[in-house]
Amino acid sequence: MTLPTSVLPGAALALVLSMAPHSPVRAEALTPPPIALSCAGCHGPNGAGEGSVPRIAGYDRQAFVQTWAAFRANERPATIMNRVARGFTDAEVAQLADYFATVR
Amino acid sequence: MTTLTRRTFGLATTAAGLALAAPSVLHAQTTARLVVVGGGFGGASAARYARIAFPRIDVTLIEPKTSFVTCPYGNLLLAGERTLPQITHSYDGLQARGVRLVHDWAETIDASAKTVRLRNGQTIPYDKLILSPGIAIRWNAIEGYGEAAAEAFPHAWIPGTGAQTALLRRQLEALPDGGVVGFAIPPNPFRCPPGPYERISMVASYLKAHKPRAKILALDAKDAFSKQGLFQDAWNELYPGMIEWVPLNKDGKVTKVDVQEKVFETELGTRHKIDVGNVIPPQSAAQIAIDAGLTNDTGWVPVNPLTFEATRARDIHVIGDANIGQPMPKSGYIANSTSKVAVAAAVAALEGRPAPAPTVYFNTCYSHVGPEYGISVVGIFRPGETAFVETANAGGVSPRGPLAQQREQRRLEALHADAWYGAITKDAFS
Repeated sequence: MTLPTSVLPGAALALVLSMAPHSPVRAEALTPPPIALSCAGCHGPNGAGEGSVPRIAGYDRQAFVQTWAAFRANERPATIMNRVARGFTDAEVAQLADYFATVR
Repeated sequence: MTTLTRRTFGLATTAAGLALAAPSVLHAQTTARLVVVGGGFGGASAARYARIAFPRIDVTLIEPKTSFVTCPYGNLLLAGERTLPQITHSYDGLQARGVRLVHDWAETIDASAKTVRLRNGQTIPYDKLILSPGIAIRWNAIEGYGEAAAEAFPHAWIPGTGAQTALLRRQLEALPDGGVVGFAIPPNPFRCPPGPYERISMVASYLKAHKPRAKILALDAKDAFSKQGLFQDAWNELYPGMIEWVPLNKDGKVTKVDVQEKVFETELGTRHKIDVGNVIPPQSAAQIAIDAGLTNDTGWVPVNPLTFEATRARDIHVIGDANIGQPMPKSGYIANSTSKVAVAAAVAALEGRPAPAPTVYFNTCYSHVGPEYGISVVGIFRPGETAFVETANAGGVSPRGPLAQQREQRRLEALHADAWYGAITKDAFS
């Protein structure tokens, strides 16, 4: 099965981060927005990843939004993220994408 | 000043609607005291988050034990797939973050004086209290099931130091092949809705390997349960003929136990002879919440869905299994997720800011039902005016279907369950 991280080639990530309006900051120097706090239960504090659950810290913003939409539409293999994705609004997904793109 | 920088950064990136407090106000607040009672998933997560998000706040955690044994993964001890040290967590991580640890029992709360009285007689003052006390067992709600009976029929539902789970494991090891393991399962609401059924599965996994002629008799005070279809599919696939589940409407409610005769008796007077008995008794909020007058006639604590402040006392925010959170489950994940909301609301109130905007309260509960066989339920909730509201057309349980078709889903969910355990314990204790 394809892991979500596979859409995130390192080169593309580095490019995006270098173009990002904010420089990446150490995770704990930045307080997550409330909407992002719930992700930690599976993805680890600040989205660092844990075991079989992928790292989402540093995820490219646009890829995050696209991946989320694919989960929501059942267009991407998923175990639980399809069920999760349907519960969040576009505005909430945008906040998640903004935050996790900024954490390194 | 470091704290100012961190604060400004945090606020700038937090949800809209928050105004930056005036510097003079900020200065006066550097000694605000947040006291957390209870070092489980709710309380530990609250203390940890408070230190990260609001480093200017003084945080004290009152918890009698010096380490925490989790309820999640306790059932895997019964199957022999985990050991007690693997599900035991120290508070060293929180201490290193600057949380002041007080290892004593919080006995009473004086909501007017805003103090917590410890067993040793000391009182601890607070500006805001985060109360995460967990559950109490309603002893003798089942006739004959008092504290002494728990030494014969363990509940293993409040881990404590792990002794109850270890006792149940020893009893299973001593069970003769062909013996009967009885479960008494409570009505809603109770801690960990899928827990009894994961436990049945893990006991069945052990029996299948070691006592294949043994039977499980699960007597339930309900007609339906969490992830029911998935559990029953798994039981038929993995443990055919071993598990009999008796719902309420088939006289499944245990009303009396006899530890001498080893009998579970149900509502209509049917006496079931068993060899090992696990009584998961009816529950309420922990005693400290009852004594403080926070509970209503249900035995649980009504709270404001946006702030988790108890409706019956100001400045006490009640999180975790003790509150009335329906339709949210009494789970570690909900305790973790909502603890941060409660802390943010408490600190906002302390600093004269409005409560943070409504956000998502998130839950995923995985259950292990056999080797490489995990199932889950996802729930996404939001605060309503007076209650919690589940987000429609989202969440839900794992797909059903024969194991041959779902093998990869089940295998991945078992792996994700392990990852969840690692992640959430880090988010609470590291």
